[in-house]
Amino acid sequence: MKTSRLLEGLKARDPRAIGRAISLVENGDESAEAILSALDENFVSEAVIIGITGPPGAGKSTLTNSIISELRQSGKRIGIIAIDPSSPISGGAILGDRIRMMQHATDHDVVMRSMATRGRLGGLCATAGAAVRIMASSGCSFIIIETVGVGQSEMDIIRLADITLLVLAPGLGDDIQAMKAGLLEVADILVVNKADCKGADILAMDLEAVTRKGSSTPTQVSMTVATESKGIAELLDRIDKLDSEHRDTGERKTRRRAAHEQEVLDWCLEMLRPKLQAEITKRELPLLGDPRLKAKKILEEQ
Amino acid sequence: MTEKTKKHRVLVGKPGLDGHDRGAKFIAHALRDAGFEVVYTGIRRSPDEIAAAAIQEDVDAIGLSSLSGAHMRLFPAVVEALDKAGAPEIPVLGGGVIPDEDIVALKAAGIAEIFTPGTPVDKIISAFQDACEKKPAG
Repeated sequence: MKTSRLLEGLKARDPRAIGRAISLVENGDESAEAILSALDENFVSEAVIIGITGPPGAGKSTLTNSIISELRQSGKRIGIIAIDPSSPISGGAILGDRIRMMQHATDHDVVMRSMATRGRLGGLCATAGAAVRIMASSGCSFIIIETVGVGQSEMDIIRLADITLLVLAPGLGDDIQAMKAGLLEVADILVVNKADCKGADILAMDLEAVTRKGSSTPTQVSMTVATESKGIAELLDRIDKLDSEHRDTGERKTRRRAAHEQEVLDWCLEMLRPKLQAEITKRELPLLGDPRLKAKKILEEQ
Repeated sequence: MTEKTKKHRVLVGKPGLDGHDRGAKFIAHALRDAGFEVVYTGIRRSPDEIAAAAIQEDVDAIGLSSLSGAHMRLFPAVVEALDKAGAPEIPVLGGGVIPDEDIVALKAAGIAEIFTPGTPVDKIISAFQDACEKKPAG
């Protein structure tokens, strides 16, 4: 598809054009540049970007699905970027988040894209950011980025979001312990999903206690049963309130700026990596000597 | 701009009411292990849903599995749905319990390849590779 036709397609909200444009960015195609620079910035700045993260099995995709259903009632056009890990061995990936969201598959106003991490150190943030822009400029006013909250690159992606939800569920024990260190701090809203299951109340109390420690206002916990759409309307209310608060206080702008800087840095690294790789290979470096010094020398000579 | 990172993206799914997904999952895993990105859409999908998902995900090929005997109706229906949705160039491959006499008819209806029980997995993977590489830019 030609770039001009792709851009027309994006404006016309053609799902083929949206899908293809994201692929071009993902694959590092030359024509991606022309597409990305022609996107409508106004749409991008107005869209609400929500990050949903949490351990495997907490119900992120199911929660996303019921959020979509709820938002579709008010006629909003929604974008979803669901990120799953690539295998470090084969480079392949199983992208299975769609399974829980297939009821919206034929709804033209639900734009969904599965994305594999492809082992990129940070480049995923740049690609996901571009996908957000493409979706926003094709009229998505609410965009969800869903990712398993482990690892640095996932944490970086979450920074693209205006508001981050951390989804937990009772019975995941050890996972939650592991999450306590990092993600609790970046989450704006804590969600205990599967709230009808044993242990949900205790988990919620635990979370309140943990978040109380550091700050004067504990992070409030939302209870949901995503499979039955329970608690979803209340959760969306909270998101909405927090979003207006962030808009009033300037927090939204601050976060957008940080995200933007992160994306630019990511692109820089993406562009530098192949050049540096080639340079290193070309030099046929001796096995002896300090790698750090060699790196410094290469950078100074660029 | 950046390093080319093109990967083969395929969709694996089951159209119709058949819930036997071992085969589909086995193929999905085999493709993953061969370096494919596999969008797995699960069981009980309508042809329209599969076509819509394939387009949004911009996949290079679709793999369908059917063990219920409804392949003569459902596989061509996916090809038609793709056509209707403006993506006739996405190749469709199928597998399952499919009698020899149906294979000719399915190929005539636009299914690129059909695999029956006992097909070596390497053959299936290389068929997907060919399908992905041959697919013209839409």
